[in-house]
Amino acid sequence: MNDRVPDGAVSTRRRVTALAMTGANYLVLTVAALLYVAPILFMIVASFKPDERVLPEAGSWQALLPSRVTTENYADVFERVRFGRYLLNSILVTGSIVAGGLVVNSLAGYALARLAWRGRRAVFRFVLALMILPLQAIAVPLFYETTVLGWRDTYVVQIVPFLANAFAIYLFYAFFLGMPRELEEAARIDGAGVGRTLVEIILPHAKPAFAAAAITTFLMYWGLYLWPLMVTTHEDVRPLPLAVATFRTLPPLKWGDIMAFAVMMVAPVLVVFLVFQRWFVRGVAASGMKG
Amino acid sequence: MARRLNDNTPIAWLLVLPAVVGLVAFVAVPFLLAFFLSLTNLRLGSPLPLEYVGPRQYVRILTDPSFQRALVNNAVFALVVVPVQTSLALALAILLNRGLRGMVVFRTLFFMPVVFPMALVAVVWELLYAPGSTGTLNSFLDTITLGAWEPKAFLHDPYWALPAIMVLSIWQGLGFQMVILLAGLQSIPDQLYEAASIDGAGRLSQFRHVTLPQLRNPLAFVVVLTGILAFRVFDQVQILTQGGPNDATTTVMYEAVTAAFSRQQVARAAAMTVVFFLIVLTITLAQRMLVREEREVA
Repeated sequence: MNDRVPDGAVSTRRRVTALAMTGANYLVLTVAALLYVAPILFMIVASFKPDERVLPEAGSWQALLPSRVTTENYADVFERVRFGRYLLNSILVTGSIVAGGLVVNSLAGYALARLAWRGRRAVFRFVLALMILPLQAIAVPLFYETTVLGWRDTYVVQIVPFLANAFAIYLFYAFFLGMPRELEEAARIDGAGVGRTLVEIILPHAKPAFAAAAITTFLMYWGLYLWPLMVTTHEDVRPLPLAVATFRTLPPLKWGDIMAFAVMMVAPVLVVFLVFQRWFVRGVAASGMKG
Repeated sequence: MARRLNDNTPIAWLLVLPAVVGLVAFVAVPFLLAFFLSLTNLRLGSPLPLEYVGPRQYVRILTDPSFQRALVNNAVFALVVVPVQTSLALALAILLNRGLRGMVVFRTLFFMPVVFPMALVAVVWELLYAPGSTGTLNSFLDTITLGAWEPKAFLHDPYWALPAIMVLSIWQGLGFQMVILLAGLQSIPDQLYEAASIDGAGRLSQFRHVTLPQLRNPLAFVVVLTGILAFRVFDQVQILTQGGPNDATTTVMYEAVTAAFSRQQVARAAAMTVVFFLIVLTITLAQRMLVREEREVA
């Protein structure tokens, strides 16, 4: 009987400690999340305010609470610049890099992981070596090369150099390497060739790899700023990140308009992200696992 | 079996051909071109004939005060942002990994800025950094310090400009690291913690002896990635400060792009690119050694 009392006391104390820990956990996360989301909220609220009140209210609580909601900033953006065109450019360029890259890099990843052939080792080492080269390390000579090719101010110069991607090839390689061999062997015994095995057996099982590659490539190129800044001068082919920076310097300076531009620029991606967020998180985590 | 697989050589080459052609033409060739161009006097639109000038471009950039400042700025950026961002990301990942309700909501909120292009982040933060006492950040700091804060013109102040660039960069990149570390935490087997707690290890000692060693590879990956990103900084600097005031925020990439575009000095820019590459290579090799060492121990 006697030793039961301290036992109960300990467990009560433990429960209280655990409860306090949980509370502290939520408190810290909530404060951090509020600080973290404030700039986004600020951007959205400012975009719906009359332009002349954005700056004066930026330092008060009203920065996060709209006093009078208006959509005139949004109308203003469409009047002042060709937002639709920039959006189209961004979707076209990034979409082509992602779609084309999935084809090119998955085929290469498959051949490296699953087929025995002469030259496999050399190609694999080549891909591994190029993985450490960020765009920045080759941007200047690549600019020179594409200028010589006469590609400036085109979609081609924004798409073609980025289709083959050493990192994506590795991602596919690692995925295909982990797939059970029996799948293809059964198909081979049935007399299917490499092409049919690939289309009918391998691809349907590789959805997670395609999703991870699509998302990491998308994140890599959707926000690209340096490269389009170097190779485009004409706004017909300029993508959104470049356009938002240019819009900011376009007189007259109207912060309400700039924030409306920013919201429209990020809203479609944010919606896609919220819908597929599990895949985004998995894709990023997969890219970290190789480290 | 082996002979039958060897018959795959033609089809395998067909499958890798587009990737290999692309990588050769747009990664390997420009990479070699950078070394080659850096040893010449190439300047776009210059009437001088192209000639080999040896290491002259390297001597010039390494003695150029702006480029030296750029190297220092990138190093400072790396030395501050890598530990700060990594520990914040780790702290958030640990808080999110306690299996409490609603964690997906928090994870989503912290990850959101990752889908924001850096150019957009720069433009939004420029407004937050507005100078004067009515600026958002200035008045926020004034409130939490109970009026002790002197308003700053963050982006125009030689002392505050680089920290201001760092803060918005951390804000944008933190979620990415957090997700990678969270995945790492979730792959640590529960038995390790149970064993440690049976051995009488407290929370702190569990963190030191179980969490950190188990997280070594994701941590190494995150540190190296952030370290390399710190030397790639360009977008936010070009948009917000143009390297100023007085080179306070200039970076290696900003110097390279300015040399190539404002002054058409392609050879000089190529030399800067090569220096940048050597830094990236050093960081990567350091990581490989670190990770290999761990594998040998394990």
